[in-house]
Amino acid sequence: MGTACENLVDPKQLKLDEVIIKYRYENGPLIPILQEAQEVYGYLSVHVLKHISKVMRMPLAKIYGVVTFYSQFRLAPVGRNVINVCLGTACHVRGGAKILETIEKDLKIKDGATTEDGRYTLEIVACIGACGLAPVIAINSEVHGRLSPESLAGILAKYE
Amino acid sequence: MAENQRILVCAGTGCASSGAHKIIGVLRAEVMRQGLGDNVSIVSTGCHGFCEQGPTLIIEPQQTLYTLVKEEDIPEIVAQDLMEGKLVERLLYTDPLTKKPATTFANANFFAKQVRVVLKNCGFIDPERIEDYVENGGYKGLANALKMSSDEVVEEVKKSGLRGRGGAGFPTGLKWGFCRNSPGDKKYVICNADEGDPGAFMDRGVLEGDPHSVIEGMLIGAYAIGADEGYVYCRAEYPLAIKHMEIAIAQAEKAGYLGDNILNSGFSFHLKIRAGAGAFVCGEETALMASIEGRRGMPTVRPPFPAQSGLWGKPTNINNVETWSSVPHILSNGVEWYTQYGTEKSKGTKIFALTGKINNTGLVEVPMGTTLRDILFDIGGGVQNGKAFKAVQIGGPSGGCLPDEMLDLQVDYDTLTKAGAMVGSGGLVVMDETTCMVDIARFFLDFSQKESCGKCTPCREGNKRMWDILDRITKGEGKIEDLDTLENLALVIKETSLCGLGQNSPNPVLATLKYFRPEFEAHILEHKCPAHVCPALLSYSIDEEKCKKCGLCAKNCPVECISGDKKTPYKIDEAACIKCGACEEKCKFDAVIRV
Repeated sequence: MGTACENLVDPKQLKLDEVIIKYRYENGPLIPILQEAQEVYGYLSVHVLKHISKVMRMPLAKIYGVVTFYSQFRLAPVGRNVINVCLGTACHVRGGAKILETIEKDLKIKDGATTEDGRYTLEIVACIGACGLAPVIAINSEVHGRLSPESLAGILAKYE
Repeated sequence: MAENQRILVCAGTGCASSGAHKIIGVLRAEVMRQGLGDNVSIVSTGCHGFCEQGPTLIIEPQQTLYTLVKEEDIPEIVAQDLMEGKLVERLLYTDPLTKKPATTFANANFFAKQVRVVLKNCGFIDPERIEDYVENGGYKGLANALKMSSDEVVEEVKKSGLRGRGGAGFPTGLKWGFCRNSPGDKKYVICNADEGDPGAFMDRGVLEGDPHSVIEGMLIGAYAIGADEGYVYCRAEYPLAIKHMEIAIAQAEKAGYLGDNILNSGFSFHLKIRAGAGAFVCGEETALMASIEGRRGMPTVRPPFPAQSGLWGKPTNINNVETWSSVPHILSNGVEWYTQYGTEKSKGTKIFALTGKINNTGLVEVPMGTTLRDILFDIGGGVQNGKAFKAVQIGGPSGGCLPDEMLDLQVDYDTLTKAGAMVGSGGLVVMDETTCMVDIARFFLDFSQKESCGKCTPCREGNKRMWDILDRITKGEGKIEDLDTLENLALVIKETSLCGLGQNSPNPVLATLKYFRPEFEAHILEHKCPAHVCPALLSYSIDEEKCKKCGLCAKNCPVECISGDKKTPYKIDEAACIKCGACEEKCKFDAVIRV
C-alpha cells in the first residue's frame, strides 16, 4: 500500500511545502514564496494559489491581488524558453521595436503568448540593465546583445 | 616577461553576454599550457563600465587595456603580451575622436577623465572574494565609524554633503538624523536596489562588481541610526547582482562583519535580500516597503515618513545602492577628501550610464558639476556614426530631454531641476537626428502609464489621455490645441499625484514641448515627422543615383509596389506602399531613402 500512497503525493507540492516551511519564521514571506513556487511549477495555477492560501492561512483574494500586481508572476503556463525583449529607452532608440517585430513575425506570437509547440514564450520587458549592448533580449535570463533582425534566427535556434 | 601579472577580465552582465566566460576559460587553459600558471593570475571581475567595447580585459601591472576580445585572440595575447611583453596593437582601444590607440586604460579618454570613487573597485577586484575587498581598504570605513559615537557618524555624513543618488537628491545625513532621532527600539535600514529606470544600470554595476561596499555602507548607516536589521531589495531582472550579493553577505557573516557583536563593538546587524517582482513603482520607498511586507506595492501618503513609521511600522531609513556605496569612502578617507569633488550644493561624484546613440556606452563616474558636454563628448566619444547630436535624455521616465544648447550645463541636482530635467538615477540616453522627439515623449508616457499602480486617478487616467494625444500626433491626426491640453493635463497630474512616479511622469513631455516644440508643430501642421520616424508621416523613395538596379527591394516588397528592371530605375508606388520598410532594410546601397 505504501507505494500506492506515495504515488499520490505530487513531488512538486512537496517542494512547495518545503518552501513554505523555510519561510515560516520570516516576516512578510508571501512574495518570496510565490517566486519560489513559480520556479517549481513554471507558473502559478489556481490549485497552487489555493494551496498556499490554505497552508499560510491567508485569504486567496489577498494572494491573488499580489500575484496580479507584479509583472513577474504568471497565471498561465509558459513555453520551454522565455524570451524577454527589452524595450527600455536605450533599446528603443537603437531599434528594439524592429527586433520585437522580427521575433513576432518569425514565431507568429505576440507579447505574452506562447508558440503552439510550447517552445517559446514572448514577453516585453522595460529594461534589463544591459543598455550598453542595446538592442538586447534575454532568453531564460541569458542576455544577448548588439542584435540585428538578421542575427536573431541563429540565436533563437539554439534554444530547443 | 614581467612577474606576477594579473589579468582582469570583465564578467559583468554585458561582457558575459558577449562571451566573457568562454574567454576566461580559454585564457586559463592557455596560460597553463604555456607554463605561466605561477606568475599570472586571472581574475573574473564585475563591470569595468566599458560595455560598448566588451569583452574587455586589463593586464596589470602594465594596465594594458584590450577591447572586443574574442576567444581566438587569446593565444596571441598570451604569446605576444604575456611572454614577450609586446602589445597586441589590433586589440587596443582606438579613440573615436582622436583616432589614436590607447596603450593603457588610463590613457583611454573614457577612463582618463573619470573620477572613480564608488566604481573604484568595479572591474579591479574579484567581487566573489571578500579578501580582495579588504585588501583594497574595505571595511576600514566601518572600523572608523565604530570608533565614533552614532551621532558623530551622522554628523560626518551631514558634513560630507552626500545627497541621495536615487533621484530626489535628499541630503543623506539629514535623513539618517531623522531616523536616528525617531523613538523606537527596533529600526530598519533598506537598500533600494530596484533600479527600474530604463537606461540606468549603475546600481547593477556596483552590486555585481563591488557588493561589499554596499554592505559596508549599510553597516555604517545601521550603526549611526541604531538599526539591527536590514534588507537589500533588488530587482529580479538582475540575477548576477543578487548572486554576488548573496555570496558577499555569507562571506561578511563568516568574517564577522555581519551578525552579532560586530568587530567586538557590541553592535549587531543582520542583512537579508529580497528580490523584487517586476513593478517599477516599488522604487518609491513606501511602495518598496509594502512589497517587502508581502503586499501590493502601492505608495502611501507621507507623513508619516519612513523615518517615523516605515517597515512594519518601525522607523526605517532607505537609501539607494550608489548612496550606500559612497558612505564607506567618506568614513575611510574623511569629509575633506570627499568634499574636494563636486559643487557647493552637490558634493562628491556621480555615476552615469551612457547609452543610446553614443560611441562609448557604459558606466562613467565624474565629479558633480561636470558639464554634459564633457561627459558625452570627452568621455562618451560623441555621437555614433558621425550623426548630429539632437538631445540627451536624463533622469529616466521622470526626467527630460535636453537639446544641444544645454550641453554646457553643469550636472548637479539644482541646475538640472531648473532646466526641466533631473539627475534622477543618472541614465543618459543620447539621441541623434534620426530620433523623433514626439515618439520619445510617447515612449516615456507609455512606460509611465503601464507602470502606474493605479491608486491616484490623475496618474492612472491622465497619463493614458496624454498618451492618446501623443499617439494621435504621431499619426498626423493632432490639433494645435492638443499642445495646450498636454500642458494642462501635465500640470494637474504633477500637482495631484501622491508619489514621485505620478508627480514626475509628465516631465518628459513638458521638457520635449519646451525644447522641441517646432517638431510637435511639424507633426500637427505640416503632417511631417522631421526625423522620418513616425510611419504614418513618412514615405519611401528610391535614390536613382545610388540605385544599382539589383531588384532586391522589389523582390522583398510584400505588396509588390516597387517596379523597375535592369534598364529602368526602380520606383515605389506611394499609393500602394504600406511603409513596412522591408525595401530599406534589404537595400545594400542605401538607395532607399525616407522622405
